[in-house]
Amino acid sequence: MTTADLSSTSSEFRALITQVDKRRHRKDRTMRVLIWGAFVLAMIPLVSVSLTVVVHGMQKLDLDFLTHSMRGVFGGADAGGIYHAIVGTLLITLFATLISVPIGLLTAIYLVEYGRGSLARAVTFFVDVMTGIPSIVAGLFAYALFAVFFGPAVRMGVVGSVALSVLMIPVVVRSSEEMLRLVPNELREAALALGVPKWLVVIKVVLRTAVAGIGTGVTIAVARVMGETAPLLIAVGTIDSINTNLFSGRMMTLPVFIYQQYQQGLVPCTPGQQNCIPTINYDRAWAAALTLIILVMLLNLIGRLITRFFAPKNLG
Amino acid sequence: MTSTQSPPDAAPVGPPPLAPPARRRGRPGRVRVRDRGMSRAFRWLATGAGALILVVLAAVAVFLVVKAWPAITEPTDQLVAEVPWLHGASSLLSFVGPLIFGTVLAAALALLIATPIALGIALFISHYAPRRLAAGLGYVVDLLAAIPSVVYGLWGGLVLAPFVQPVWSWLGETLGWIPFFSGDVSPTARVLLTVGLVLAVMILPIITAVSREVFLQTPRLHEEAALALGATRWEMIRTAVLPFARSGIISAAMLGLGRALGETMAVLMILSPGFLYSFKLLVAGQQQTIAANIAAQFAEASPMSVSALIATGLALFVITLFVNMTARWIVSRRKDFSGAN
Repeated sequence: MTTADLSSTSSEFRALITQVDKRRHRKDRTMRVLIWGAFVLAMIPLVSVSLTVVVHGMQKLDLDFLTHSMRGVFGGADAGGIYHAIVGTLLITLFATLISVPIGLLTAIYLVEYGRGSLARAVTFFVDVMTGIPSIVAGLFAYALFAVFFGPAVRMGVVGSVALSVLMIPVVVRSSEEMLRLVPNELREAALALGVPKWLVVIKVVLRTAVAGIGTGVTIAVARVMGETAPLLIAVGTIDSINTNLFSGRMMTLPVFIYQQYQQGLVPCTPGQQNCIPTINYDRAWAAALTLIILVMLLNLIGRLITRFFAPKNLG
Repeated sequence: MTSTQSPPDAAPVGPPPLAPPARRRGRPGRVRVRDRGMSRAFRWLATGAGALILVVLAAVAVFLVVKAWPAITEPTDQLVAEVPWLHGASSLLSFVGPLIFGTVLAAALALLIATPIALGIALFISHYAPRRLAAGLGYVVDLLAAIPSVVYGLWGGLVLAPFVQPVWSWLGETLGWIPFFSGDVSPTARVLLTVGLVLAVMILPIITAVSREVFLQTPRLHEEAALALGATRWEMIRTAVLPFARSGIISAAMLGLGRALGETMAVLMILSPGFLYSFKLLVAGQQQTIAANIAAQFAEASPMSVSALIATGLALFVITLFVNMTARWIVSRRKDFSGAN
């Protein structure tokens, strides 16, 4: 081998490793564009939904709309509001939270602190499966449960609460379990070594440490079930006036109100008729949708703020 | 020195006091701590809550069966006479058939549209987006899941359907020879393709979230090895990330499928229903899904119709349970093998 030979192969080699393989790079660039495109594409519906809800919703949303029910409102009259629906949504969701949080939290404690063996494995697996129950099936279950005891015409707020808690429990379990697992074992061991009984360790040490995260998880779970429509539609029904009793009679909720107004569609107004707006039902639906989204986003925001302000590290 | 009181400042003298007799002398090895009183009560309470979850899931199945039983056992001719929307079907099964078909078709359509986009977004967040932005972008995608389904229905019916109608007309004219796009294109676009589009938007977040997690778990060394061998970024993803994430992607898609199967409001508010075994995606009045049918008929149903509706709900429950259990099983099985280290 001569030096010239060597230098020629080395330059060939250099050319080989520095040359750009056009085809491979074109493919790389195409995929990069496609992947960026996928993200941009997904933003279109998000932006479109938020924009239309805000633009259409702002037209009707005012204090009058928030503080009146639909009792006695008919035709295309520019009257009525969503007070009854807001009350119903808050009450039903609150009661669902009261059912779900103790069960969900205790289950999470079981899984983290006590769970061994096949029962724990089964619970973990079926909590995951439970997150996939269709909301309408949860509604049917709640209806069937109460219909067995109260007869087939049962329509009560509490039925809706039970349906929502079937959907909410697995979410609470999942998020609380994650938070409890983050609590360092040293804390438990230190407390046990001081002679604190196990149940007090769980309540005063483990829960105390994880309370911010659990609060966040619960708030986000509430936000998730607040927008559920189908179970409430079949379990609670619809009504035009205010009902604050969870245990008697139908109640209105915001999502069901949106659906009901949408179904009623355009109002046929005779030309020249006073106080008749053809699109009044759609306007109400958009305004109610804006209210619902504001409520849901507010809860999401509160959930994140809880973590920021109540995390143990900030407690000194 | 046997006195109980010794001066505190005195140095300990004499033999150290005898250790108390070991109580657990007969039990070598690990000492088993038994909890008593409140601790035991609390343990039982927590275990009871865990068991309650299983009871609830079983109760869902039991109560649905109990309420569906009258319709399942009723002779067909009486059932058809009592339930107005059976459309003279020859049996409950032949009525549920088209509904199951419609449900699966709508969900499959949504999955077909959503999966590639969701994988793109997940890859974007895990491997393409600037690192500092990635977490925030993931949160933005999760916002799609925070929008209530009824709002998607409202948007789909009033905004999206009029918007896509010209596109569907064009599809029907130019691609009408494909069976999916044949027939008279609906002038209102209240058709299955529009529904599939909205459902796809609704299941994007879950598919994205699960596959993003899996992509992020790819062993760093695999990725660096691929890059060191001269792979471009896409080749690195194709050779290192995707094979590692395959089972995760499958289960993510199945979770999305489970969501789409059970989604009610978007279908109810957009689709103009029909009860046919039809693949025509652009024609109105062809298909209907189980969930939307229940919501549409439930309000003014007689006891026997309610029973029949609950029977269809039971079918939906079984289908989604199967899909979700398969998905979770794939995920849990993957956990055992994911240790690539």
